[in-house]
Amino acid sequence: MPALLYEKTQFRTAGDRGLLVEYGEGIAPEVNRKVRAMAMVLDRHPVEGLVAIVPTYRALLIQYDPLTTGVTVLKQALLGLEERLASIAIPPPRTVEIPVCYGGDCGPDIEFVAATHGLGVDEVIRLHSTPAYPIYMIGFTPGFPFLGGLPEVLHTPRLETPRTHVPEGSVGIANAQTGIYPVASPGGWQLIGRTPLKLFEPAKKNPFLYQAGDCIRFVPISPERYATLVAERGA
Amino acid sequence: MDVLKVMTPGAYTTVQDAGRFGFQQMGVPVSGALDDFAFQVANLLVGNGRNRAVLEITIMGPRFEVMAEADMAIAGAQMNVSRNGDPLGSWCSFRVQPGDVLDIHQVQSGCRGYLAVSGGFDVPLIMGSHSTYVGGRLGGFAGRPLVAGDVLAVPGVAPAHRSRRLPEEWIPDYPGEILLRAIPGPQDHFFYQGLDTLFSADYMVTAKADRMGYRLQGPAVEMCEGMPPSIVSEPSMPGSIQIPADAQPIILFVEQTVGGYAKIATVVSVDLSCVAQATPGDTIRFESIDLERAHDLYREREALLEKIAAHLQ
Repeated sequence: MPALLYEKTQFRTAGDRGLLVEYGEGIAPEVNRKVRAMAMVLDRHPVEGLVAIVPTYRALLIQYDPLTTGVTVLKQALLGLEERLASIAIPPPRTVEIPVCYGGDCGPDIEFVAATHGLGVDEVIRLHSTPAYPIYMIGFTPGFPFLGGLPEVLHTPRLETPRTHVPEGSVGIANAQTGIYPVASPGGWQLIGRTPLKLFEPAKKNPFLYQAGDCIRFVPISPERYATLVAERGA
Repeated sequence: MDVLKVMTPGAYTTVQDAGRFGFQQMGVPVSGALDDFAFQVANLLVGNGRNRAVLEITIMGPRFEVMAEADMAIAGAQMNVSRNGDPLGSWCSFRVQPGDVLDIHQVQSGCRGYLAVSGGFDVPLIMGSHSTYVGGRLGGFAGRPLVAGDVLAVPGVAPAHRSRRLPEEWIPDYPGEILLRAIPGPQDHFFYQGLDTLFSADYMVTAKADRMGYRLQGPAVEMCEGMPPSIVSEPSMPGSIQIPADAQPIILFVEQTVGGYAKIATVVSVDLSCVAQATPGDTIRFESIDLERAHDLYREREALLEKIAAHLQ
């Protein structure tokens, strides 16, 4: 499927409180860059009646209050901001470093991933911890980042039978995607490591370490370092 | 101030308010009371603002020991309520005293009842809301449904000086045959014949119906030839009607953030209360309306709630 920006932004009706604004087809950095830029611009130039903005791979979901605004006004405001995009400086994405203990109990599927691609475990770790992965979308569970840019040699199918319990902090691969499980949940991704960081703390003022549009880089740590960081976190 | 001790918790009882807004982009669903009409009226009946924390009671109600004097009211599903064995009405307020035993029995019609208390239930405000999101183990009472032994508190508001009752004409009924109005989109262009099917056939509510979504069963909603079986994952709204690979519709609800299947239409906001009160075996029929009409309905609902608030003041 060609992954391209639309020439004309597509508006789709998502009920009486939601407007889906699609900027392109498929999963591509240039489409997501536009999504990110629009989310940022909307954040700086708030539009009346707007309740929330949810950025995703290729679209923004605009949630609005029908008592104070309507779709005609919203569409005009959005197209107006889009025209001004070129003249608005968008800062480069922030990169958040996430320490990961690869393999062993933390990453029970790393050997399967290595064997699938005829690589050594060390090579899998090196390849996985090299890129800065853009966060295209967060969802599925609180703080679960859908990351782009996984090196093709690491693309690995999901588990045939999903696990009923994936521990909090697990880092996994599913086909062309890599991501982290911030809370324990069922899941079918190949688990290659685990972070000792707490990625979701609902009682904090800022419950999350990153947001859509940021980049994540994984930093390999030893099992000893992992144990130390887990102990410090508990203290 | 402690107000209720849970003796038996009922089938699924959680603390809810209007919901947790602004965190869907972080994967945290809106949660909140499923029937927002009954929830707001329950609050108004005990003299609260419309958005105080209440208990959402599902199918089978709990039994409580009362620990402090308070005004309470139950609205929504028809559930018999008794205080020390004596029956009480619903859609009206009642006074309870320490030592009273409050019983909320099995549902007679509808699915979810809302128990409000003067002052609202006092639970920590997490990310701007009192609502329980069980999937994320956060909000409400310890992030989970109530269990025996839990003690619920109120901020310590004096009971009202008079009782309140919702006039009969404004009390909804919960028939087993439900008409839901829906607006086509966002992926209505994936369907052609499927739209005709959805808006003409009868669908049955299956046993897989909860705060995440309602799975329906009925004639297959077919996609047009050549359409992809899934879409690039995108956020959903409460009321999104998603068509997965088996062509059986699912009405997505408040504990859902993203989905990877096409959504043929969205149930209008004012009819989500009807979904909240639907039980397995009920029949649903969809009617297609346009956005303008949906916004009229939305404003009418708000006007009605303002009228009710003024009447009960």
